[in-house]
Amino acid sequence: MEKHKIQYETIRFNLNGEDVERTVDVRASLTDLLRNDFRMTSVKKGCEVGECGACNVLIDGEAFNSCIYLAVWAQGKRVRTLEGLLGPNGELSDIQQAFVDEAAIQCGFCTPGFLLTAVEILESGKEYTDEELRKLLSGHLCRCTGYENILRAVKKTMYRRLGKV
Amino acid sequence: MYDMKALYQAKSVKDAVALRLAHPEAQIIAGGSDVLVQMREGKRAGAELISIQALDEIRGVSMEEDGTLRIGSLTSFSHITRDPLIQKYINVLGEAVDQVGGPQIRNIGTIGGNTCNGVTSADSASTLFAWDAVVELTGPEGVRRQPIQEFYIKAGKVDLREGEIQTAILIPKESYERCFGHYIKYAMRNAMDIATLGTSVNVRLSADKKTVERARVAFGVAGPVPLRAGTAEKAAAGQPLTMDLADRFAQAVKEDIHPRDSWRAAKDFRLHIAVESAKRAFIESVRLAGGAF
Ligand SMILES: Cc1cc2nc3c(=O)[nH]c(=O)nc-3n(C[C@H](O)[C@H](O)[C@H](O)COP(=O)(O)OP(=O)(O)OC[C@H]3O[C@@H](n4cnc5c(N)ncnc54)[C@H](O)[C@@H]3O)c2cc1C
Ligand code: FES
Ligand code: FES
Repeated sequence: MEKHKIQYETIRFNLNGEDVERTVDVRASLTDLLRNDFRMTSVKKGCEVGECGACNVLIDGEAFNSCIYLAVWAQGKRVRTLEGLLGPNGELSDIQQAFVDEAAIQCGFCTPGFLLTAVEILESGKEYTDEELRKLLSGHLCRCTGYENILRAVKKTMYRRLGKV
Repeated sequence: MYDMKALYQAKSVKDAVALRLAHPEAQIIAGGSDVLVQMREGKRAGAELISIQALDEIRGVSMEEDGTLRIGSLTSFSHITRDPLIQKYINVLGEAVDQVGGPQIRNIGTIGGNTCNGVTSADSASTLFAWDAVVELTGPEGVRRQPIQEFYIKAGKVDLREGEIQTAILIPKESYERCFGHYIKYAMRNAMDIATLGTSVNVRLSADKKTVERARVAFGVAGPVPLRAGTAEKAAAGQPLTMDLADRFAQAVKEDIHPRDSWRAAKDFRLHIAVESAKRAFIESVRLAGGAF
């Protein structure tokens, strides 16, 4: 086999509100970096080809499938994972509680990804119709729940945050 | 870990061109939604990559002095859809790219990647063909501009020359002025599916809205690369606006397209949906332009 030198780069970024620095193998995906270096195991490895949304994180406020994003690209970015949604003593955020209340979780594998897309939706401050919400949530596969409860959890939290309940 | 031999990160367009010349074997990576998937599948395994991800200078939409609409090649689909200039002058492009994959893919994928991959099903391509988009390429000799129809050479192959990267997609004023269009993506699922057929139509009506001054139509997946249906366009140009014209326009597309049988759909079925989509997209474009039948 051809001898191959591993190429590293040092990057700085903000992870869930904290400035961090790491030297990373340029071949790593952001999923690899978050799981292996930071133990952010909410970031799931599902398909690893951008289809399922299990690895979804927020980068500068937008939802990205981290499995098709190079770790070195995180340089200078603000990255948020599910771990960053918890309160200081591990309290659940409103959207997480809504997923629990609506039974929007069964095995839980798709849940972190869905929650971060939900955060992007909620933080837009807009009110969406059911049809719009379905489209906004369509980048995630759930093999358990049938989606209706997930839709309901996001919708209820949206109305609550807009002061409409 | 991706099976990647080396990664070169460009810091500017100039730097990207220099890296292209220094590493002629290396492949460009923008958003990575094609490249990284193909690397994972083994198709690009062991490749060297030149990343242009950090080139903010070619991200975003702007208006040039002569009224040309400039879409930086790194602009993501979601940013195109949300952009006020796009919404005002070529809203159909924002609607078309809002049908790519799912929300995360629309945050990741760029319009440059969607055109440089040379794929016929690319959701932006038929609309760019139908609006006579011009591709801007920057290379060692500077900048050159090329009509998008000439940019596509064959399936999966575009006219990117030594040392070049695509830096923008331009829509000339003459092309978008008083034009209204509609895109229909025919796919098996509502989300996360590749088009079986993509149809993009746009029209410009006379001041009294009774005559079609110009109608343009382009298809994706009706041939190995996106294509215009010139016979249909000629059939509609300068004609009084009637429902019969919508029918004649739609039937005429059969003269120009060459869909094939694939596992996604049979040739006859694609021909059928091409005619039906052309008609519906024509009717909707006329409605958007303020016309009535
Ligand atoms: C789950 C999933 C669903 C998808 N669904 C759709 C869909 O519905 N419709 C659709 O059209 N596409 C779809 N795609 C494909 C893909 O997202 C798009 O083609 C996207 O536009 C690619 O852009 P990118 O920036 O990610 O490209 P990259 O993967 O970075 O690059 C794509 C190609 O273009 C070249 N390239 C990129 N930018 C430049 C440049 N500026 N200059 C020169 N060469 C360049 C690269 O070398 C490569 O060959 C999907 C992809 C995934 C993973
Ligand atoms: S693991 Fe990233 S989208 Fe499936
Ligand atoms: S809860 Fe099991 S995949 Fe969604």
